[in-house]
Amino acid sequence: MARLLVVDDSKVVRKVARRILEGQGFTVTEVGDGAAALAACRAALPDCVLLDWNMPVMNGIEFLKALRAEFGPDRPTVVFCTTENDLDRISEAITLGAQEFIMKPFDEAILLGKLAEVGIA
Amino acid sequence: MTPQGFAVFAEVLRAGSGLAIGPDKLYLLETRLAPILRAEALRDLDALALLLKGGGRPALTRAVVEAMTTNESSFFRDTTPFTHVRTQALPALHAARPAGAKLRLWSAAASTGQEAYSLAMILHDLRPLLAGREVEIVGTDLAREVLARAREGLYSQFEVQRGLPVAMLLKHFRKEGEMWRLAEALRGMVRFQEANLLGDLRPLGRFDLIFCRNVLIYFDPPTKARALEAIARQLAPDGRLYLGGAETVLGVTDRFAPVPGDRGVYALAGASAAAELVRA
Ligand SMILES: C[S@@+](CC[C@H](N)C(=O)[O-])C[C@H]1O[C@@H](n2cnc3c(N)ncnc32)[C@H](O)[C@@H]1O
Repeated sequence: MARLLVVDDSKVVRKVARRILEGQGFTVTEVGDGAAALAACRAALPDCVLLDWNMPVMNGIEFLKALRAEFGPDRPTVVFCTTENDLDRISEAITLGAQEFIMKPFDEAILLGKLAEVGIA
Repeated sequence: MTPQGFAVFAEVLRAGSGLAIGPDKLYLLETRLAPILRAEALRDLDALALLLKGGGRPALTRAVVEAMTTNESSFFRDTTPFTHVRTQALPALHAARPAGAKLRLWSAAASTGQEAYSLAMILHDLRPLLAGREVEIVGTDLAREVLARAREGLYSQFEVQRGLPVAMLLKHFRKEGEMWRLAEALRGMVRFQEANLLGDLRPLGRFDLIFCRNVLIYFDPPTKARALEAIARQLAPDGRLYLGGAETVLGVTDRFAPVPGDRGVYALAGASAAAELVRA
């Protein structure tokens, strides 16, 4: 079963995501910012990172750049999950190496659909 | 509601759209027809049934039929039929047809347009392969309100996240306030028009690929058979029919046969030689 890392500074979002993902049998780890996410990836690389954009310490884009620099372009799969919803922002995230993009608010159908899209679910 | 009242609705819907409702669907009548009761200042469903009885109120009948349709849709719904179109059906049809022959695609229960536009996005991607071949996409539905929405090509944030890969969103949509507008180029590839699957479909002409997904599921078996037989007459001999995940021709009509190995894809029965061609 796929291992997912949920990165979001909102406890509520992490809880919702965890409930949906564990319901599918995924193994879920959660952290509250990009720096903690990078540390988690160094400890054990997940199959997929569900990534918020605006977070304290290290935001999602900075994390994505660091992740791709350290682990290469393909692994792990990164799916943004953020209230950012401008085309420019989405485009930036994809250009920097994210595979998919979820605009909050999301629901189970959107989350699982996007994970299926990138071959995780 | 009285059994007589319910019988009026059942008959109006069966004749109007093919929708088969049992007494267990009474709640659906109540919720979906409430706006009509209000607009007509009617006391209850029995009062509405009385107006519909005898067929003297065609506009009201139509409004009831439309209000009872389920219009749920999403881009690239269920993925596999669209993958089949992209990787198998269109390349095969293109190879089989003389240069210059137009290909025609039909979304036969188009609702708000996601199915027809998903096909348009595929055709857009396949332009190099199709090398200038003309392709027409027609989207039809009996409900006017959803057709108007389809023509607008304006979708909510929720709708553009269901089934639509982000790469497609970036390529084909622009933000308009909180909504997302499909690019003019794509909208221009699809023609939407009103058509009832129980009516005369011949004016629509002959199609190479027909999507008739998630609509037969609402019909009773004889109505399913009737619609499928009418659709069969509009399909090219080597064409393909795509049904929804919970729909089949088996036990309903022998005009179509499943394409082996491709779930949800059907060919005209007896067209096995042509079927081989398209599978190749
Ligand atoms: C659930 S939607 C399916 C949309 C799309 N094909 C899909 O699979 O996502 C069903 C649509 O069928 C339309 N419909 C129902 N009965 C019909 C009929 N007899 N003729 C034409 N359209 C019909 C409804 O108005 C509705 O928009």
